[in-house]
Amino acid sequence: MNIHEYQAKAIFEKFGVPVPQGAVATTPAGFITALAQLPEGPTMVKSQIHAGGRGKGTFTNGFKGGVKFCKTKAEAQAMAANMLGNTLVTIQTGPAGRKVQTIYFTIASEIKKEYYLAILLDRNSSRPVIVASTKGGVEIEKVAHETPEKLFKILIDPAYGLADFQVRELIFKLGFTGIEAKNAAKLIRNLYTAFWETDAAMIEVNPLITTPTGDVLALDAKVSFDANALYRHPEIVALRDLNEEDSKEIEASKYSLSYIALDGNIACLVNGAGLAMSTMDIIQHFGGTPANFLDVGGGASKDQVIAAFKIILGDKNVKGILVNIFGGIMDCNVIATGIVAAVKEVGLKLPLVVRLEGNNVAAGKATLAASGLALVSGDTMADAAQKIVKLVA
Amino acid sequence: MSILITPQTKIIVQGITGDFGGRHAKLSLDYGTQVVAGVTPGKGGQFFEHGTHKVPIFNSVADAAQATSASVSVIFVPPPYAADAILECVAAGLDLAVAITEGIPIKDMIRVKRAMQGTKTRLLGPNCPGLVTPGTGKDSSGGCRIGIAPGYIHKQGHVGVVSRSGTLTYEAVFQLTSKNIGQTTCVGIGGDPVNGTNHLDVIKLFNADPETHGIILIGEIGGNAEVEAARWIKANCTKPVAGFIAGATAPAGRRMGHAGAIVGGAEDTAAAKIAVFKECGIEVAVTPSDMADALLRSAKAKGVTLT
Repeated sequence: MNIHEYQAKAIFEKFGVPVPQGAVATTPAGFITALAQLPEGPTMVKSQIHAGGRGKGTFTNGFKGGVKFCKTKAEAQAMAANMLGNTLVTIQTGPAGRKVQTIYFTIASEIKKEYYLAILLDRNSSRPVIVASTKGGVEIEKVAHETPEKLFKILIDPAYGLADFQVRELIFKLGFTGIEAKNAAKLIRNLYTAFWETDAAMIEVNPLITTPTGDVLALDAKVSFDANALYRHPEIVALRDLNEEDSKEIEASKYSLSYIALDGNIACLVNGAGLAMSTMDIIQHFGGTPANFLDVGGGASKDQVIAAFKIILGDKNVKGILVNIFGGIMDCNVIATGIVAAVKEVGLKLPLVVRLEGNNVAAGKATLAASGLALVSGDTMADAAQKIVKLVA
Repeated sequence: MSILITPQTKIIVQGITGDFGGRHAKLSLDYGTQVVAGVTPGKGGQFFEHGTHKVPIFNSVADAAQATSASVSVIFVPPPYAADAILECVAAGLDLAVAITEGIPIKDMIRVKRAMQGTKTRLLGPNCPGLVTPGTGKDSSGGCRIGIAPGYIHKQGHVGVVSRSGTLTYEAVFQLTSKNIGQTTCVGIGGDPVNGTNHLDVIKLFNADPETHGIILIGEIGGNAEVEAARWIKANCTKPVAGFIAGATAPAGRRMGHAGAIVGGAEDTAAAKIAVFKECGIEVAVTPSDMADALLRSAKAKGVTLT
């Protein structure tokens, strides 16, 4: 689960990670109230959306830059009006962009030097890893590729947590000395505590900065959480912003369906994540384009199948549907009955290819054949994929 | 022979009185698997009954293991309690803990994995379908079925299957059985980013098993477990190996159902993994429908008989 920068910074403050003072607004009237909380002087105006690349993004109204530096608060107030309510397109949003519904004002800190700091899971070692670099403010993938010697990694033993010697090692590698070293060490320790205590999946601070007075601050904050652990963090669930999520994906989650919208025109409905991914792949292999990932889970109950059809049909690009079910334990006839009921209930007009395999498959196929529905049966995944690609061509 | 489990393996079911655990305990009993004990704290002394089977329930894994000499436990415990259930298997000194549970917090698994270091217990999963060593009876019954895979699609034979995905494993097994090619053991290692046994661990076991003549390795986007296994195969394994990677069309940065199925960079995409497979002499299945045929091609090229 992702959250906004201002929410992430509130969590940082709670754990003692210093951030520039800031305030949020969701209405033009709110700009005044928010700015009143900040001292007069240089101010940053930051669009709050769940996507990176905001600074270099462009609004659909032509206005450039979702993050702006302003010399005064008055200027910041005028600048915010260009952003609020408008749609920001960045390299991470896709062409549709995201509507900016919250503006975050912060004090514009004086920057001495920029760094990069992140904490995430290292899959190879199954341990948390701190990744840091003296090259802040740029894409970390670029640093890893071009100047790997400027990238430092520290694996953390979950039995002991982050050790002081590891923090010192990082501080020396990043070249901090004096008061900066002391402040940076405290920040790193507190950030790790925040990561561990909140069940974060990833925390990224880019840039982390030093100021001429020796302060070390998180200038930006990107935090995501492990969805599996949300049950023990109601305070984090409360931060969820449904405006940032695809409405079809929200609907799908209500029925325990795992759905991800893509931009093709052949929808698929599959049981199991691996099979669902490879159904998308096989559609593409035979020249079609998948409209979505959709895993109905191992069971695939009638209600789930009906909900799945409705979600799929909510995507206006869809020109045909491929159902691919491997009924291992589940009786294929039960699944076939569910499909027939769902197709009748939603009044499906689009081409539909169904590939059923597994337990009691003969009865399942008979049910589909006797339904009077204009559906096509596929024998193997390859056969079914070729049929649906041909039907929508 | 087989790997990890045999038809004689005695198993414990943790969460046997729950709907999910109970249903699959029954299916395993029907398959002929030695389900010798159940564990549900507070229900010790009761019995889990199915047909003529009367399986004793214990309060703890240690009690169950001591009373029945079971060496393997399968975990159907809900996510908040699953990490603890795994640690209980470790404390009881079991050989293998199979965690079916989906949705265990990553932090819990990080801690569990650290706690298991240096212990004798192997973990399979979590978020996995379990494993099956097919038997010689009708529809492969008489074998050992641990977890949630459909037993009847299997056939005893000489191919090992390892996969992160349940339904893709079934797809591969079904293709093999339809072609009259049997399996030694089919292992689902699970779709989570932090898991116990990985692809390479299973590949090493298959390579060392004289009864396994060929291997199907099924992977997906995210992480580098498949790459690590492929490089080891290139250096150490002469058996025919077919590979498939799911997720070629998955958008970067999105989790595709499995918590671990997410493209993080240029190296964990399907295309990158497939390139490594090819470089390592693994016969790549062009589509999921091609998995058994790919293994047949590799076996033919190496002059190996799979049946």
